[in-house]
Amino acid sequence: MLLPQTRNIGLPMMNLMRFKGLPILQQLHIEEQLLRTSSENWCIINDGTNDPTIVMGVSGKPAELLEIESVLHDQVPVIRRFTGGGTVIVDHETIFVTFICNKEAVPDLQPYPRSIMSWSGSLYSKVFQGIGDFRLRENDYVFGNHKFGGNAQSITKNKWIHHTSFLWDFNVRNMAYLKLPKRAPAYRSARGHLDFICRLNDYMPRSTFIDKTVEAAGTQFSLRSLELEAIETCLETEFRPSTRFLTSEELEVAAAVAGQ
Amino acid sequence: MALRMWASSTANALKISCASKSLLSLSRCFATVLDGLKYAESHEWVKHEGSVATIGITDHAQDHLGEVVFVELPESGGSVSKGKGFGAVESVKATSDVNSPISGEIVEVNSKLSEAPGLINSSPYEEGWMIKVKPRSPSELESLMGSKEYTKFCEEEDASH
Repeated sequence: MLLPQTRNIGLPMMNLMRFKGLPILQQLHIEEQLLRTSSENWCIINDGTNDPTIVMGVSGKPAELLEIESVLHDQVPVIRRFTGGGTVIVDHETIFVTFICNKEAVPDLQPYPRSIMSWSGSLYSKVFQGIGDFRLRENDYVFGNHKFGGNAQSITKNKWIHHTSFLWDFNVRNMAYLKLPKRAPAYRSARGHLDFICRLNDYMPRSTFIDKTVEAAGTQFSLRSLELEAIETCLETEFRPSTRFLTSEELEVAAAVAGQ
Repeated sequence: MALRMWASSTANALKISCASKSLLSLSRCFATVLDGLKYAESHEWVKHEGSVATIGITDHAQDHLGEVVFVELPESGGSVSKGKGFGAVESVKATSDVNSPISGEIVEVNSKLSEAPGLINSSPYEEGWMIKVKPRSPSELESLMGSKEYTKFCEEEDASH
């Protein structure tokens, strides 16, 4: 999408990378490396990922969060990512949007979780203006009291990342792999997954959501589109991301310890 | 006794607390800054006693981070470098790096934090300590802020946002 240059004078530069169906582990590795090694600002949009994958936050305990027996039986991959937050199951119906920013990129923004979350809420308010009673509610993106996007963050000395998985649509069967989390927002009111979440598909066409997100980002940053190939030579080959798959053995041990 | 009372009221006016439990109890409505500690701009504190320096995050930091639900700490025997991350805390769906104000060898890690990460919120300068380090270069402490300087730093940081 061509952005009017006159609107971008004086705005900080942000690199925009768009993918379709990039494996989620690869996306997370790119994000972790850019957070740790790049001095630039980034927006990454991945329109769906390939295989259904469970993604836990950094402190996630498989026995508490997953129906491990089913996960192992159906060989669903499980990733532990480098950011905080909860557990999601993602697939080709999930849209991922990530912002990686220098501390100074957003004026007057303190690099703390609630401030960054509030900033993201106001950005997405522009995307969903007039649609479905959108708001940031107890750190979730909701329409009314139904969650449609899970987000998480990581904050370093000089940068922060805020990334979101939006439920464009979801497979009801996949939700059965996830237990009800012990730690849940009050507005969830102990509702099961299917009563708690909703589909973005019911509110906005897929391409419209992506276009409006890029447009909203363009009001605060001067966007420059980049392809992955353009940055692959710059990504440090010695960087070792912490984000990884959990092995079957680890899941089996977790289940055994928890007495599942 | 009179001098102690004067010191206490002056300390309160400056929003500085001495390292005593009775004065700490007066300060929950604003971020506490302890006298006698040194502070980094990234909101970690250092208490140097003899050959060991204890490190944690400040009351200002824990207040801005929110409820801490998980703490990632290094192993004892490892090393830390001034200004570099040695661990992280998780709060409000975010991991936040914790940086070491000084360089040195880790001699002890607060194992209580794995079961009780909230100690960082409830007792950031005492039970919520994170690591103990044998400083490599005691002169690094001199480049850190004292309590008054750190108090002013926090006020200016909050005012500018």
